[in-house]
Amino acid sequence: MAHAHTVKRYTGLMDWLTTVDHKKIGILYLIGGGLFFLLGGLEAILIRIQLMYPQNDFLDASTYNQVLTMHGTTMIFLAVMPIIFAFMNAIIPLQIGARDVAYPFVNAVGFWMFFLGGLLLNVSWFFNGAPDAGWTSYVPLANNEYSGKGVDFYVLGLQIAGIGTLAGGINFLVTIINMRAPGMTFMRMPLFTWTSFITSALILFAFPAITVGLVLLMFERLFSANYFDVAAGGNIVLWQHIFWIFGHPEVYILILPAFGIISEIVSTFARKRLFGYSAMVFATALIGFLGFMVWVHHMFTTGLGPIGNAIFSIATMLIAIPTGIKIFNWIFTMWGGQYSFNTASLFAAGFIPTFVMGGVTGVMLAAPAADWQYHDSYFVVAHFHYVIVGGLVFGLLAGLHYWWPKMFGRMLNETIGKFSFWTFFIGFHMTFLVQHFLGLWGMPRRIFTFLENQGLDELNFISTIGALLMGVSTIAILVNIAVTQMKPRNAPADPWDGRTLEWSIPSPAPEYNFKQIPLVRGLDALFKEKIEGKKEMTPAEPLGPIHMPSPSILPFTMSIGLFIAGFGFMYARWDFDNGFLDAIFGHYIVAGAGLLITLVSMLLRSVFDDHGYHIEVEELEKEVHA
Amino acid sequence: MSRWKQLWRIVPLLAMLSLLLSGCGQENLSALQPKGPVAEKQLTLITISISVMIFVLIVVFVLYAYVLVKYRRKKGQTEYPKQVEGNHKLEIIWTVIPFFLLLIIAVPTVKYTFELDKDYSKDPNALQVRVSAHQFWWEFEYLDQKVKTAQDLVIPTGRVVSFHLETADVIHSFWVPALGGKKDTNPGMTNYLFLKANEPGVYLGKCAELCGQSHALMDFKVRAVPQEEFDRWITAMQTPTKEPATELAKQGETIFKQSCISCHAIYATDDKGERRVLGGGAGPNLVNFGNRETVAGILYNSDEIGGPIDPEKQKKNVRDWLKDPQKIKPGNMMPNLQKVEGSQMEYVVEGGPLSDQQIDALVEFLVGQKQ
Repeated sequence: MAHAHTVKRYTGLMDWLTTVDHKKIGILYLIGGGLFFLLGGLEAILIRIQLMYPQNDFLDASTYNQVLTMHGTTMIFLAVMPIIFAFMNAIIPLQIGARDVAYPFVNAVGFWMFFLGGLLLNVSWFFNGAPDAGWTSYVPLANNEYSGKGVDFYVLGLQIAGIGTLAGGINFLVTIINMRAPGMTFMRMPLFTWTSFITSALILFAFPAITVGLVLLMFERLFSANYFDVAAGGNIVLWQHIFWIFGHPEVYILILPAFGIISEIVSTFARKRLFGYSAMVFATALIGFLGFMVWVHHMFTTGLGPIGNAIFSIATMLIAIPTGIKIFNWIFTMWGGQYSFNTASLFAAGFIPTFVMGGVTGVMLAAPAADWQYHDSYFVVAHFHYVIVGGLVFGLLAGLHYWWPKMFGRMLNETIGKFSFWTFFIGFHMTFLVQHFLGLWGMPRRIFTFLENQGLDELNFISTIGALLMGVSTIAILVNIAVTQMKPRNAPADPWDGRTLEWSIPSPAPEYNFKQIPLVRGLDALFKEKIEGKKEMTPAEPLGPIHMPSPSILPFTMSIGLFIAGFGFMYARWDFDNGFLDAIFGHYIVAGAGLLITLVSMLLRSVFDDHGYHIEVEELEKEVHA
Repeated sequence: MSRWKQLWRIVPLLAMLSLLLSGCGQENLSALQPKGPVAEKQLTLITISISVMIFVLIVVFVLYAYVLVKYRRKKGQTEYPKQVEGNHKLEIIWTVIPFFLLLIIAVPTVKYTFELDKDYSKDPNALQVRVSAHQFWWEFEYLDQKVKTAQDLVIPTGRVVSFHLETADVIHSFWVPALGGKKDTNPGMTNYLFLKANEPGVYLGKCAELCGQSHALMDFKVRAVPQEEFDRWITAMQTPTKEPATELAKQGETIFKQSCISCHAIYATDDKGERRVLGGGAGPNLVNFGNRETVAGILYNSDEIGGPIDPEKQKKNVRDWLKDPQKIKPGNMMPNLQKVEGSQMEYVVEGGPLSDQQIDALVEFLVGQKQ
């Protein structure tokens, strides 16, 4: 045979450590992101228990600031974003009719960087305390002088995790541009693929900004540079600009894929094509573009003056227009349709009004003179939780229930699913609706306690009860997953009467996705075949051997190297009681060793060619008959 | 029946709305009960935007409720519904209408943004107050009157007060919801903010930017008084307090001069026998301390906000604070006077930890610091 290479296959743990298969990496992202989501949720519950009563002493001030910082940082960087990546990995190649992502090896690097970066951030709990300067880490509070060792973990952990995100984003850009099946033009791409594409572009432009910021902060903290030291000519507002030039697009990096998920689900369960498809695509692109033009609205109280504030105010309000287009298009997709309810479509249905409520407060916040009352108050806390939890998390939970059979080959339990929806929905509104009022009544955010008799007692109590209800919902989802995992793998290929390509192949998808790459003849490719009476896609190519990439441990070792190097740099100037530790950290031996592991892994990757392996025709045919 | 069920979902929303419009929350803290023109204009802007947005919410919710009820999948529906591509007319409508709705908000927004960001720092008619934020207390300096105070800010009613916002350490944010919105204090820069109180009263102020451990406890009070009373207060602040009257208070003064004066300024007798403000500025200025609403900004000396000072309560508060300031405000710079070892700034307390009797003397001296 012309192209026979030895097939390297691993089993058990080694299989997961070495995999470059996008579907398995998707599952890894889901597990990793899910674990951090539980951690962040636990931190949220701790915050709410502390604020249940005035002057409660459940957590002390210092611990509270650590919990608060880690809640924000974990949820944004380590929970929701990886779960988005989980769906992007698991679904996008299927939706565009591809056999894999463009760079399977880089994809694995992306996952391990994220995971070990996140781990580095979280082990700070066991070494001198977690970061405590807020997830925005405003200087000078985040400088050595005013905050603990934890901020070093923030700086290095996010730096490493950021490499992973950037790698992932670039990978999806290339995948979507280059690997679409014949006939899958840009204007026939499913909306989830479209929104992920724009999100990846936003990652490409926004993440370098946070990387630069983190490098500056790292130099400031580890090597005593003076970027943010006013006495030495530095400027503290610089950090805010850099952070929000990243931070605002980040909001859209998060929410756009959720828009995509909702578009898929609403259209599938209404059994109608998406209303105003092209308007949806352009609205997405416009939101992505405007997302870069509005970062100053996070800084209306910084004192930038009325001209800057007014310009950024108007730019911000404009985002409401494309967002409104989306909302109405979803409603009109359902109009005249046949919307049916299950857990996935309930979460999608809950998303729409909840997200609108988050959107309208966004417009309110965009008015500077009024924002001076809202800013850094609980009104803002309520707003962004309506957007990020009420929008994004609802979207992700909808996607989880929708694509679970495709990812795992099992159908989640509907009864538990509906229970988890209702507890989450009610708990969510109970927690966050009242926080709007708390803010307007004068409660600042990020406070570890509040005095009694300021009119803030009752609503804080209600808010905490709501948070506990969301905790109950989360437990129900975990139970659902556990129960489902014990059942046989018997999900049908197309359980929801789907419209896009991922439903044209078995659940879970075989390792090569498509035995033959499908020919796409229109929007909602599978639905088009269905109404013409066909059961499956028309193939675009004859049956032939499929070339697959080999698994590799190198992405894992590269990331481990940086993980170790992170410790080396952070503790280089630390006074250990132990002479041995002093010696190896003090002379950058640990840092060097870590970097060496990474560099050697990279060298090995470049000197040894990976020819991959082939799945031959006989084997493909055998699997079909089996 | 199911349509009524849908309606029931809107009821709690309307209930919350009426709650909002009735302006709940505590009178001297809530931004919804403005006590000055700045907060009033901000509330106007809030009301305009919230009204437009509630209109949007109602339109969306009604449409959505209708769709959810009307277009549910019914039993026996096997045929696909008509696959509609879109509708240009509708799509243009929901692009253009929001544009005009935004215009309703945008015009007053720009107007008020310029109006409320006006700089009164050179205006001779405005009262000029420099605000220095510290971890975790506020210092107020009346620039023209050469008077300094901490935690309790006194302002005249009906007059623009121009604040020069600065910080001694990290970023804080100066916020008095009932009088108007906030602005940050940035290291190395001065921000300007003006506020005005319509009527006498005590309004609560907060720090709105995370600034460290006791960020939550960085409260202050704004006491708005008529101009004449304000003038009396300024004069009182400029007039030296009398020598301590009791033996215990005298003992307290000696301890204060030994241990506290390196950080806290107060009226005391200098080497030439002249009674004037002496002491360091690292900690809160204690001139006229006996007249303050609170100790450390959070321990109230009265039974209700703005009420008369209860001397027993005040003494208890001062004593509690002196005995364990870290317990009351974690992370602040005030040393524990009874535990020199392990407390911050050990060198300050000469002669070792203070006895309970010495603390009592100090309390007696401090509460007597008034006209």
